[in-house]
Amino acid sequence: MRAVHLLALGAGLVASAPAFANDDVLKRSADPAQQVLQTVDYANTRYSKLDQINASNVKQLQVAWTFSTGVLRGHEGSPLVIGNMMYVHTPFPNIVYALDLDKDGVIVWKYEPKQDPSVIPVMCCDTVNRGLAYADGAIILHQADTTVVSLDAKSGKVNWSVVNGDPKKGETNTATVLPVKDKIIVGISGGEFGVNCHVTAYDSKSGKKVWRGYSQGPDADMIMDPEKTTSLGKPVGKDSSLKTWEGDQWKTGGGCTWGWFSYDPKLDLMYYGSGNPSTWNPKQRPGDNKWSMTIWARNPDTGAAKWVYQMTPHDEWDYDGINEMILTDQKVDGKDRPLLTHFDRNGFGYTLDRATGELLVAEKFDPVVNWASKVDMDKGSKTYGRPLVQAKYSTEQNGEDTNSKGICPAALGTKDQQPAAFSPKTNLFYVPTNHVCMDYEPFRVSYTPGQPYVGATLAMYPAPNSHGGMGNFIAWDGVAGKIKWSNQEQFSVWSGALATAGDVVFYGTLEGYLKAVDSKTGKELYKFKTPSGIIGNVMTYQHKGKQFVGILSGVGGWAGIGLAAGLTDPNAGLGAVGGYAALSNYTNLGGQLTVFALPN
Amino acid sequence: MQYQSKAAIRPLVAALVFAFASAGAVQAQDAKPAADPAVANQLDPNSSEKDAKLIDKYQAVKVEDGKYTDGDGAPTYHITNDGKKFDWYAYSGYRRYHAECHVCHGPDAMGSTYAPALKDSLKRLSYEEFVGIIAGGKQDISSSGTNVMPAFGDNKNVMCYADDLYVYLKARASGAMPRVRPGDKEDKPESAKKAEKECLGG
Repeated sequence: MRAVHLLALGAGLVASAPAFANDDVLKRSADPAQQVLQTVDYANTRYSKLDQINASNVKQLQVAWTFSTGVLRGHEGSPLVIGNMMYVHTPFPNIVYALDLDKDGVIVWKYEPKQDPSVIPVMCCDTVNRGLAYADGAIILHQADTTVVSLDAKSGKVNWSVVNGDPKKGETNTATVLPVKDKIIVGISGGEFGVNCHVTAYDSKSGKKVWRGYSQGPDADMIMDPEKTTSLGKPVGKDSSLKTWEGDQWKTGGGCTWGWFSYDPKLDLMYYGSGNPSTWNPKQRPGDNKWSMTIWARNPDTGAAKWVYQMTPHDEWDYDGINEMILTDQKVDGKDRPLLTHFDRNGFGYTLDRATGELLVAEKFDPVVNWASKVDMDKGSKTYGRPLVQAKYSTEQNGEDTNSKGICPAALGTKDQQPAAFSPKTNLFYVPTNHVCMDYEPFRVSYTPGQPYVGATLAMYPAPNSHGGMGNFIAWDGVAGKIKWSNQEQFSVWSGALATAGDVVFYGTLEGYLKAVDSKTGKELYKFKTPSGIIGNVMTYQHKGKQFVGILSGVGGWAGIGLAAGLTDPNAGLGAVGGYAALSNYTNLGGQLTVFALPN
Repeated sequence: MQYQSKAAIRPLVAALVFAFASAGAVQAQDAKPAADPAVANQLDPNSSEKDAKLIDKYQAVKVEDGKYTDGDGAPTYHITNDGKKFDWYAYSGYRRYHAECHVCHGPDAMGSTYAPALKDSLKRLSYEEFVGIIAGGKQDISSSGTNVMPAFGDNKNVMCYADDLYVYLKARASGAMPRVRPGDKEDKPESAKKAEKECLGG
């Protein structure tokens, strides 16, 4: 039954895009029984066509089985399912387990890399890993120490491995990889260590490096053509990055690439975002700092940049631009357009034409966002496409050693890496968000290779004069740029959402709940408290005709710094302890996969 | 480089002072001389986090150009105006902590899922141990995972402010400073300006 299903879907897709992409990945990602990419599909929709579990029966969900990963750190990403096998990854030390679903999850093989523990403290904010990818019979793991490993999916044997960076310089990895065509595309972390970050393509059969494109520096380093690469419809021109940095500062410029990748087989373009410029003290790096904080469209074969759009020129708040780029085809003003929608840390939800990079929508997806009044959408304006920064919240204008207060969102953004989902049935995006604001005081720092290079003091707290919680789970119309509905959450929603054809949207919470809500109304239909806080992404698969939903528990990551502490109440008087309970009252460390199903 | 040699010498000096001061401390306990009003703390009377024993132990007995030392000869904080005004080093330590340390050790030294709460650690750690750990790093391996703190010996943004961090964390550990951003502060001492310039190397 499953084989027929797979063939039918595979045939449909192959017919529409014959010579592109990775046929194996395309075929399998079109089969909702399996999950071969962390992003569910190349378009990053995180939408599953499975509909056995639906809005009317989801309340009957039960725990079907569980699995302990043996690691008590922040668990991001999700397992993969290929055929009858499930592949589970862990945070550092980045163990991979292959479980046979036909045999009740028996461990067929386990791969545990030997990594120097000195990489641990170089990783900002916990030792998370956002998971594996599958292509052509291989499982691809990108370790904390930047080693990329191709493992034989059947045996766990190493096909090849290659080292992408140097942890001694602060270069590490937390992200998953993108298998596309005959290549594996990988990013790198280290924005708090002054790394000059890049995206690199390796040959998927041999691990040989094919190309590398930096986020800043000379045009050749970035694989940019001054005439052909465009930004907002115009050629970027010569030295578009170098002109926006003082002297050699681009060499420690950051612009890291620790987020998600998406790919459009028809346009043959891959998309991702670059992170914050180093340091966090904006005074120390005058200029727009291009192309940090930028949406990139590149050709996956050559790395050539087709278009770029910088969302936050000259960042003053650590609003990394690395969140996922979700590719959808929707009507705009009655015309079918290939769209890219991105929920940025800076609190704006952007919709662009992904073929040209034309900016169509830029609206706040949390009403408390205040650092900019809006993004200038007037094509005739000198500041077209730029955010109009509010002087009061500008840490650049207020200057060094001045504490700029009440900036929304906080440095962790209105949304961090936790990916949103999109349902083609409702044409809505389902977005896990943070509802947290901050005080930010930049000051002078010196650069030492391999040492943190931060340069700002932060204090974060729940958005003032709101519902008191630190998160919302929202439904967003990407064409209109409007919130459809919004569910309040006590803590930031740090889990990736999943939308399904059963009209259900799933997400996890920091207290540890797996929640199911109605895709049209947001009404809560089901919740279950797992053993630890959830920062992983919900996944679903089908085995022997039955649909399952899986989620990794294991609190940590950036969110983990609030675990012991809670955040203080900005309105409380001096000396008063914040009115917001600490997450440690709700959950504890863990490392577990919980799998749900309907009763037989 | 100066900050390194300084960091190396400082613990020795501190240890020497400690040897003298500990002998005197017994007498002080017996006699309980009237606290020097110049260095007495005036804490927030409404704060519930105070640890009376530690507050007593960390009470400044001496001040030299805005830098306070306790009975053990270790740097300490000075808080006045009912907990509203902080000495420069406690204030500076707050700032440096929330830039360099809080991504692992949590806001206000409250800890995280992957690093201990320093407001508790500083109840036990001596000045010498503290400086040793930030310069040399630390590794804890347990069945549930590996916790590693990096060595900051080469990091001027940390080592040049080791005393500031220590003073701030001591104030947090004793509960003399609640979970607040220091509002009012004593002026930045000339010696602090000079030391910072020398240490950062321009």
